[in-house]
Amino acid sequence: MADPAVLAQLRAQLRAVETKGFRRRPALPFGLAPIDSRLADGGLRLDALHEIAAGTSDMADDCAATLFLAGIAARAWGPVLWVVRRRDLFAPGLAQVGLDHKRLIYAEAADDAELLAIMEEGLRHRGLGAVIGEAKRADMTATRRLQLAAEGGRTIALLMKRAAREGSDPIATPSAAVTRWRVTSAPSTPLPVAGVGRARWRLALARQKGGEGFETEVEACDATGRCALPSPVADRKAVAGGSANRRAA
Amino acid sequence: MRDGGAFIARGNYPSTSFAGPPPPRGEDRAPLITSLRTGNRIEIAAACPAARALGLRPGMAVTQARAQVPGLDIRPADPEGDRAHLASLAIALARRWTPTVAIAGDDTLFLDLTGVAHLHGGEARMAARLQRMLARLGYSAWIAIADTPGAAWALAHFPSSTRQAGGICEPGKQVDALASLPIETLRVDAAATELLHRLGVLTIGQLATMPRAPLVRRFGATLATRLEQALGRLPEPLHPVVPPEAIVTQQRFAEPIATAEAIEHWLGVLVPRLAAALEAEGLGVQALECIAERVDGVPQRIRIGLARPNRDPAHLLRLLRRRIEDVEPGYGIDAIALHVRRAAPLGAEPMVERLDEEAAPDLATLVDTLATRIGLAAMWRMHPVESDVPERASARTAVLDPPERGGARAKIDAVDQLDRSPALHPWHPEWPKPTRLLRRPERLDHVVAELPDHAPRRFTWRGRPHRVVRADGPERVHGEWWKHVAEAEHVRDYFRVEDEEGRRYWLFRRGDGERSATGDLSWYLHGVFG
Repeated sequence: MADPAVLAQLRAQLRAVETKGFRRRPALPFGLAPIDSRLADGGLRLDALHEIAAGTSDMADDCAATLFLAGIAARAWGPVLWVVRRRDLFAPGLAQVGLDHKRLIYAEAADDAELLAIMEEGLRHRGLGAVIGEAKRADMTATRRLQLAAEGGRTIALLMKRAAREGSDPIATPSAAVTRWRVTSAPSTPLPVAGVGRARWRLALARQKGGEGFETEVEACDATGRCALPSPVADRKAVAGGSANRRAA
Repeated sequence: MRDGGAFIARGNYPSTSFAGPPPPRGEDRAPLITSLRTGNRIEIAAACPAARALGLRPGMAVTQARAQVPGLDIRPADPEGDRAHLASLAIALARRWTPTVAIAGDDTLFLDLTGVAHLHGGEARMAARLQRMLARLGYSAWIAIADTPGAAWALAHFPSSTRQAGGICEPGKQVDALASLPIETLRVDAAATELLHRLGVLTIGQLATMPRAPLVRRFGATLATRLEQALGRLPEPLHPVVPPEAIVTQQRFAEPIATAEAIEHWLGVLVPRLAAALEAEGLGVQALECIAERVDGVPQRIRIGLARPNRDPAHLLRLLRRRIEDVEPGYGIDAIALHVRRAAPLGAEPMVERLDEEAAPDLATLVDTLATRIGLAAMWRMHPVESDVPERASARTAVLDPPERGGARAKIDAVDQLDRSPALHPWHPEWPKPTRLLRRPERLDHVVAELPDHAPRRFTWRGRPHRVVRADGPERVHGEWWKHVAEAEHVRDYFRVEDEEGRRYWLFRRGDGERSATGDLSWYLHGVFG
């Protein structure tokens, strides 16, 4: 008797009445069309768990993944809870991708189980913009718990996975995360002079719910936590236009 | 049956010295006065007996006193603190000595001795014991005991007539005892006293013989009332201090309970009751103890602490519920009590000024929840420290520390006002800083670098060779000689290097490459960039 299309329309009307037509953005986009268009939600869903791992076990890749996380958290709203296992995060470095020291609360966990429990508490509090954790072992049950805790709120859950054993792939274990990323550092943007340019990462979306994985190269987060596309990919026209302008002048 | 008792802690000894070190006994003690600013005048608030003997009186200008007596010990008076001390003394007396204690003015306490004196060995012994206790606390006191508060007040402030009797006025004798006392002891205002003096009325005895009706017509009802109260013909009610009582809610059970569900249920009943009691007092709990009394007499305790005063029943219950598993019910629990161990005033909450904004989330509840799990020591924030040495560039602070406010406004003619640019942030935004910093710098091997200021071409870290493709630097950091003398010569030259696979590291070399005193030219890896 009920037409599903009519039902859907009525539901939408009800929702509009309840929230006075105001809808909070459900996802956090990167602001980069080639990436956002390939994500199922047009960005990272705010009320969900996302996993990030370093491409290799080298510490530089670990740091690239850390900075990628920090950039996402910097673009989220409100205070950020970072649950660590080691005290080696360098606050000035995080502040340079827009994660201000005033927003960041650190908590140190003794083991992975405690870390996941603290993350869950943080997600259920609903007053945080992002909850970040660094764990080695987080199985399907643990990640499912985190995902459930995150649902319905607007706290983005970011789990940085490290390899449990040397050489094992942290992303390979089953998980309830919505997206799973792998970050590897890449040679920086070449400069016309000697020196190190803007850092670049090879960003691989290993899995996502409701979409395909992909791989791309991005420039690292700037002072507001935003990644950029390397110029040859992003927009050649602007470069050409710029040189045309210079010729005209 | 006696009715009145007064005890005086007069500011003869400056009571500010009560909190500080006691004044030294002996011949070489300097005369002590306290100074109080009234308007443009700084005058003596109180003077010690030695100072009084030298002619210094309360109300004199401090400059005059200083001119009279060299080497005078002058301390600032603290009237608020004195009143607070008197109030706490009143509460202590109300708990230990007699249930009715009233504060009268800035320096007097009334103790109602009705039915109490015999517990302390009679009036004279009680007065002596009070005097000794107050002397131990550093107060000098005059004590008078009489039938009425007014008479006791008068005898305590002008103790000459009853000095032989130890300040004790025999029952029913207050009319005789007061007769020779001046009329100032009636606690009437100065204008009335002065007018009575001008009329030639100097003592209470003179006043008592005068007809009341013209007195009331001329001076108002106060003078006559005070007189009749002192003589015991009118009652004088006291306003006793009420010692604060600890907030406790308790529930006894007809049958012992033993299951976690039952405990949780009763906590759910008790906590809202506690919250209501706290709300009535305007308090928020900071430390709460839940005591479950077991049948065998071994109490089971759950202690929770809160980062900020709170009386939200849901939050308190959540914290308690998490700890129910610590309770060992044994053969059963007879009673559960919630004791407030520490409470603080919980006033009005700040409101969000703009209506379209949401209130800033309250992190205190999260901190409480996490602190019950990992402890407050495992949570922190970082705040910037003005230092170029990376290890010292940030310091841990408590999570709930209030955010820093701007310092005091500088004077308009201050020299640094000339520089209008705001103060620089301690963390420079432009110089790249690593994401993670090694706990201590790790020594690099097989470093190939040109002196004096070139980045290394290749190095080996943790047994792995790296070939440097690009590099930035040096960023020179000098030792902070103002913190450690040993660092006076030290220099670190920091380089940001990238190897052929795109990994970026933060290296430094000890020494500036020219003077050997600045370092031994060894290379270290200190941090890793993302």
